[in-house]
Amino acid sequence: MKRYHVFALNFMLVGVLAALLVCAQRFLDGYSIQILNLVAINILLALSLNLIYGFTGMFSLGHAGFMAIGAYVCAILILSPDQKAMLFLLEPAYPWIESAHAPFVVAVFAGGLAAAAMAAVVGFPLLRLGDDYLGIATLGFAEIVRVVANNVPRITNGALGFKGIPAYANLWWNYGWCLLALVLIVRILRSNTGRCFKAIRDDEVAARAMGVNVFRLKLLSFSLGAFFAGVGGGLLASLLTTIDPKMFLFVLTFNVLMIVVMGGLGSVTGSVIAGAAVTIILEWLRFVEDPITLGSVTLPGIPGMRMVVFSLLLIAVILFRREGLMGTREISWEGIAAWLRQRRKA
Amino acid sequence: MTIEIFLQHLLNGLTLGSLYALIAIGYTMVYGILRLINFAHSEIFMLGAYFVFWGVTLFHLPWPLALVAAVAAVALVGVLVDRVAYRPLRDAPRISALISAIGVSFFLQNVAIVLFKAIPREVYRPEWLENPMIMGGVRVLPLTLFVPVLSLLLMLGLMYIVYHTKPGLGMRAISKDIETSALMGVPVNSIIALTFGLGSALAAASGIMWALRYPQLQPIMGVIPGFKAFIAAVFGGIGSIPGAVIGGLVLGFLEILIVAFFPDLAGYRDAFAFVLLIVVLLVKPTGLLGARPEEKV
Repeated sequence: MKRYHVFALNFMLVGVLAALLVCAQRFLDGYSIQILNLVAINILLALSLNLIYGFTGMFSLGHAGFMAIGAYVCAILILSPDQKAMLFLLEPAYPWIESAHAPFVVAVFAGGLAAAAMAAVVGFPLLRLGDDYLGIATLGFAEIVRVVANNVPRITNGALGFKGIPAYANLWWNYGWCLLALVLIVRILRSNTGRCFKAIRDDEVAARAMGVNVFRLKLLSFSLGAFFAGVGGGLLASLLTTIDPKMFLFVLTFNVLMIVVMGGLGSVTGSVIAGAAVTIILEWLRFVEDPITLGSVTLPGIPGMRMVVFSLLLIAVILFRREGLMGTREISWEGIAAWLRQRRKA
Repeated sequence: MTIEIFLQHLLNGLTLGSLYALIAIGYTMVYGILRLINFAHSEIFMLGAYFVFWGVTLFHLPWPLALVAAVAAVALVGVLVDRVAYRPLRDAPRISALISAIGVSFFLQNVAIVLFKAIPREVYRPEWLENPMIMGGVRVLPLTLFVPVLSLLLMLGLMYIVYHTKPGLGMRAISKDIETSALMGVPVNSIIALTFGLGSALAAASGIMWALRYPQLQPIMGVIPGFKAFIAAVFGGIGSIPGAVIGGLVLGFLEILIVAFFPDLAGYRDAFAFVLLIVVLLVKPTGLLGARPEEKV
């Protein structure tokens, strides 16, 4: 299969996706479109965590923190000064916070950059830690972000958070950013840098012995992952139109981790498939939490049941199929072509 | 600040610290043996408090009996969690077991939401714990003495088991080298189950006393104390039981005293512990009393 074949096929795939989005926009109701939006954001988040954990082997539990940074930066930039003057009830905002304003694309980008900058700063000391210690330290970082967001009312409006954030994040923005992340991450993974990431994941000592600048590459991967986590946070803020510190609890990181583990650590296509599947199932399972009416009998909903099912699913995946859906394998055009050829022969 | 108020703060710190210490012991014992951060431990703590609530309201047990029954039931849950979610992963990469632990933690939390509903519940408190006494000019609730004293007794009991009995010897052997201990005839799986049982029992005791001190039950009540206790274990040197006790006490005193002396920082209360954690990990990752693990290549 030649390179331009792959390019043409990818081009067609994007075209088909765009056509589907046009159809979705026209024919689906608001609720379904909301779910489609969440699918894109969750895929984006899963890809970013997979880059950090699945491809570079750094067990990071700080995603909620990076998302919070991205969400707040983006929200502050897209809210108009007048809206902010109304929102800050506890204490007036700093003048520079109140006057800051930017178009949506710049705001999301700035959110990502802020998260990446923060990742570089905290990564500098933290990435020396290995395995579970890194996990617990990044988790600590995320908690600190949340506590700080609660306690600087002149910037974040404290526990009240922001309401009425302009809902710019439509299907096009979300899928556009998701596609951008996908292309960028795939390109990086195919480059020399990506091979170094995988070398670090597989054996850090050996990678160092082969002359890989382990620390610098870890920092790069961590910041890049954090950038897309920040972008995801910004998009989520605009999609949901409200944010507050309580939104960025550990559960948020747990959801992303669940997608990555189920899709397969170190598989881009795995993250994409699991991101879509988990998001849709999570929404679909809402019915167990709502009251059900059968004829004259009304069964009360069972709050909490959704997460019971999902945590069981995660445990089952870890116990019985540790590599997840895809392991480190990928679905590629070459793979599909080889499979077709084999079938024709048989 | 008068000396009376200062003493009151010290007592509060001691109470909070001994509660942290009891949870931290469970973390440190499991980590010492399996190198696993048992995320589900904070939910075990929560279950302890709820089981007493159930015992008293649903089964109408007398309060002391409800305590014992709850501790036993929670110990059983701890053993069960190990059997189902951790034991099949003994040979897997360490992070797999950690992810399993995170899954169990969310599972128990949400089962608690399903069973007990998310609304906060009031806890029954025996009256004799609540009538304040005056001791040397300081107004003391019997509760603030009851908690550290009972905690101390439990810790001494645990120390006795770990350092003076045969199963305790097994625990110490496994934490040194799990494979060699197995070859020497230590029944590894039963000893690990015992470790989970003991750790869970202490966490349950801590949860029960926590509910007496801060009498409101919620399915997520274990999360923050659990994290803090884990941090206490790291601070004291993970794997070391005396380290966990010291770490717990230090964290308890620090939290109460910082808020007492700098009331402006009260909002950041939950962040102190995490800042402490990051500083400890960077400066002295082995903690106060921890042994330096050799790096295997």
